[in-house]
Amino acid sequence: MTNLLEVKNLTVKFPTRDTVFEAVRGLSFSLGRERLGIVGESGSGKSITGRAILRLIRKPGIVEADRIALEGKNLLTLSEKEMREVRGHRISMIMQDPKFSLNPVMKIGDQICEAYRLHTRASRSEARKKTLAMLEAVLIRDPERVFKSYPHEMSGGMGQRIMIAMMLIPDPKILIADEPTSALDVTVQKEVLEIMDKLVRERGMGLIFISHDLNVVSAFCDRVLIMYSGRIVETCRADQLHNATHPYTVGLLNSMPRLEHPVDYLEVLKRDDSWDTMPSVGGTLETEIIT
Amino acid sequence: MSTGDGIELEHVNVWFGEGKERVDAVIDAGFTIPLGKSFGLVGESGSGKSTILRAITGLAPSWSGMISVLGNILGRERDKEFYRTVQMVFQDPYASLHPRQTVDHVLSEALSLHGFKDVNDRIIQILDDVGLNQSFRFRWPHQLSGGQRQRVAIARALIIEPTILLLDEPTSALDVSVQAEILNLLTRLRAERKLTYLMVSHDLAVVGHMCSKIAVMNGGEIIEILTVEDLRALKASQPYTRQLLDASVQEC
Amino acid sequence: MSMDTELPQKRLTLHEWLTTETPASRRQARVSAWYRSWLAFRSNPMAMFGLGILLALIFIALFAPLLAPQSPFTQDLGARLSPPGKGGYILGSDSLGRDILSRLIYGSRITLYIVSMVALMAPIVGLFVGTAAGYLGGWLDITLMRITDIFLAFPKLILALAFVSALGAGIENAVLAIVLTSWPPYARIARAETLTIRNADFIHAIKLQGAGALRIITRHIWPLCISSLVIRVTLDMAGIILTAAGLGFLGLGAQPPSPEWGAMISAGRKFILDHWWVATMPGLAIFIVSLAFNLLGDGLRDVLDPKKSSK
Repeated sequence: MTNLLEVKNLTVKFPTRDTVFEAVRGLSFSLGRERLGIVGESGSGKSITGRAILRLIRKPGIVEADRIALEGKNLLTLSEKEMREVRGHRISMIMQDPKFSLNPVMKIGDQICEAYRLHTRASRSEARKKTLAMLEAVLIRDPERVFKSYPHEMSGGMGQRIMIAMMLIPDPKILIADEPTSALDVTVQKEVLEIMDKLVRERGMGLIFISHDLNVVSAFCDRVLIMYSGRIVETCRADQLHNATHPYTVGLLNSMPRLEHPVDYLEVLKRDDSWDTMPSVGGTLETEIIT
Repeated sequence: MSTGDGIELEHVNVWFGEGKERVDAVIDAGFTIPLGKSFGLVGESGSGKSTILRAITGLAPSWSGMISVLGNILGRERDKEFYRTVQMVFQDPYASLHPRQTVDHVLSEALSLHGFKDVNDRIIQILDDVGLNQSFRFRWPHQLSGGQRQRVAIARALIIEPTILLLDEPTSALDVSVQAEILNLLTRLRAERKLTYLMVSHDLAVVGHMCSKIAVMNGGEIIEILTVEDLRALKASQPYTRQLLDASVQEC
Repeated sequence: MSMDTELPQKRLTLHEWLTTETPASRRQARVSAWYRSWLAFRSNPMAMFGLGILLALIFIALFAPLLAPQSPFTQDLGARLSPPGKGGYILGSDSLGRDILSRLIYGSRITLYIVSMVALMAPIVGLFVGTAAGYLGGWLDITLMRITDIFLAFPKLILALAFVSALGAGIENAVLAIVLTSWPPYARIARAETLTIRNADFIHAIKLQGAGALRIITRHIWPLCISSLVIRVTLDMAGIILTAAGLGFLGLGAQPPSPEWGAMISAGRKFILDHWWVATMPGLAIFIVSLAFNLLGDGLRDVLDPKKSSK
């Protein structure tokens, strides 16, 4: 079937005083109506990938790609104005900490309404109705009260639900979630993931879930890309993650402490220099079928 | 030294603010850690687990109850002898090193505060012990990765040879592969130096790996203390503990 | 850059030694940290321009007797108020026939003296007051900050005027008056910095090593406050020069016949309509030096700002 998003040969560079640092090098993948996980450790380029798709990399960063296509339309050739239309309306992004994404001096309801009206020109009362419905959809018990609250009155879990509501209200095709639950407690984390999962599924959206947490990704996604120093080293079905073969993925899995398997010393990941230079594995659906 | 207890807490309350503003962070906490053992405090954010560490180290403003370290009951003020005995490793290695001080500076200051003489030898030794190459000695924090910074923080805590180490989420800011290295380092150092650990974490798997006894905290109270064997056998009596267990065992 | 090509071998190794990621001694670590800041600073052309002017000013002040074409005090009433370029007066002469260029060259000494004395004293007073108040808190904080507020409540020049009139006119008293009026903002900055630093984990860590308040303030908090103070002082320098000039203009700073720039403007104001150069030349000198300090301050902010460099 058609891919929602197609990324071909994406490279992101940051020039420094002496050299050029390549944060992402030659990345290709595609996204259907599925939940795609991008896992990697800090510095692997996973967050930069998410930002590069939305063309949110600031200067002096350089984004190069053969193609970044949203439903066949190349995003690289769009003007900044057209890109603003894409951001939020077609592709939404949820960041790690809702505190930095919400305006602290504006009521939550007004912020969500504004996000909606920006893209639809709906009337005030219509936006309000839609906002309340959306807050209800993210399982907020008292939408009326939350509508009138300020962001600082919300807990982390509530804040992230509000972010989900705000990002999904313009009905985007794709949601990019960058470590959406890393700042949350484990029990809250689960609730938020379930809400996000349900909404993405109901609306037939594509989800890019960026995380450092292998456990969460394998439990929550359909397909996983494993990134290491700017490249995809392995791609597999999420439920097959424990059968991964690349030494990096295996090493990561083994270095986690497990309650069920007590050991005196944890296995330590031995990094291989050859991983840095290996070509990126393709992350498209097609390569998936072949392997 | 007399009782053989490393740390003992009885009916400890910690609160912030007074009067109407008062927030109780820790309510009636009590536990005993024998010398040489490793004890874990698990809970979610706001459960008061880190506040207990702050009360022990004297960083919490107001507390009541009894805290004793090596059999000495602590008063309001902590003396130098206390800091010789008890040291702490902080959660965020990016915040716990002074940005304008080299590794060498940090370590030698710790030594000079406690009147050690053979500064040079001890720095060389401790860098070796925490698995840092000697070339790290004169680096600045911004030249180090998160894991390397945490090693420096551990070196700073251990260079004055304490008997008790308080660990406040020492790996939660690190990648899993680095976490494994740091946890292994902590395990090895404990065996070599016969240290007593009090470790705080939100991660049941980490605490289960490191500690033999675990206290579960929720809303400022210790709701359950159980051995790691019971925890592994999922023999928790409190529903909240089960919920935590569920969240950390379901995966993979 | 041209230096690099001249001595490729030696330069390269020195550069490597300075920019190494693995310094081998305390000294190398410190020197290379300075060198990195210098590299960042050097890449800012405006800041380098400012630095160049200030170095030139120091040079002029040092070698004033050699550079000045005439004595700054020799009067020649026959050639009074000569326009620039006429009769050997490059920048003209004043109402007593003194060479304005020579007076400006000698005046740079006074300007530098005032600026460096104020720059040394005011931030140090501010640093002591601000960090003590911020770190120790409690009644000490309240008392020190209320005193600071009282000083801040007066317009700077008026307060300086009051001090000078109480202390008596003269350069030393002008310096003292400027210091007394300019420390409060530094105390404010130092206190604000201290408040954010004192709850940082690295301060908790050193506290847990058993360090006392004095050690924490002087060895751990000061180094972090100093950079923001240096930036602020450099940016304030223009204001300090102007305050000094203002005091000179009002006759409360340097006394005649001393060639202080502000006093020179003051002396020239009587002739400003017919003999513009008498007031304009010292005005231009003040303007150039103030601008140089501002450019330098902007450059320093880019290099030293702790908020940027710590991340």
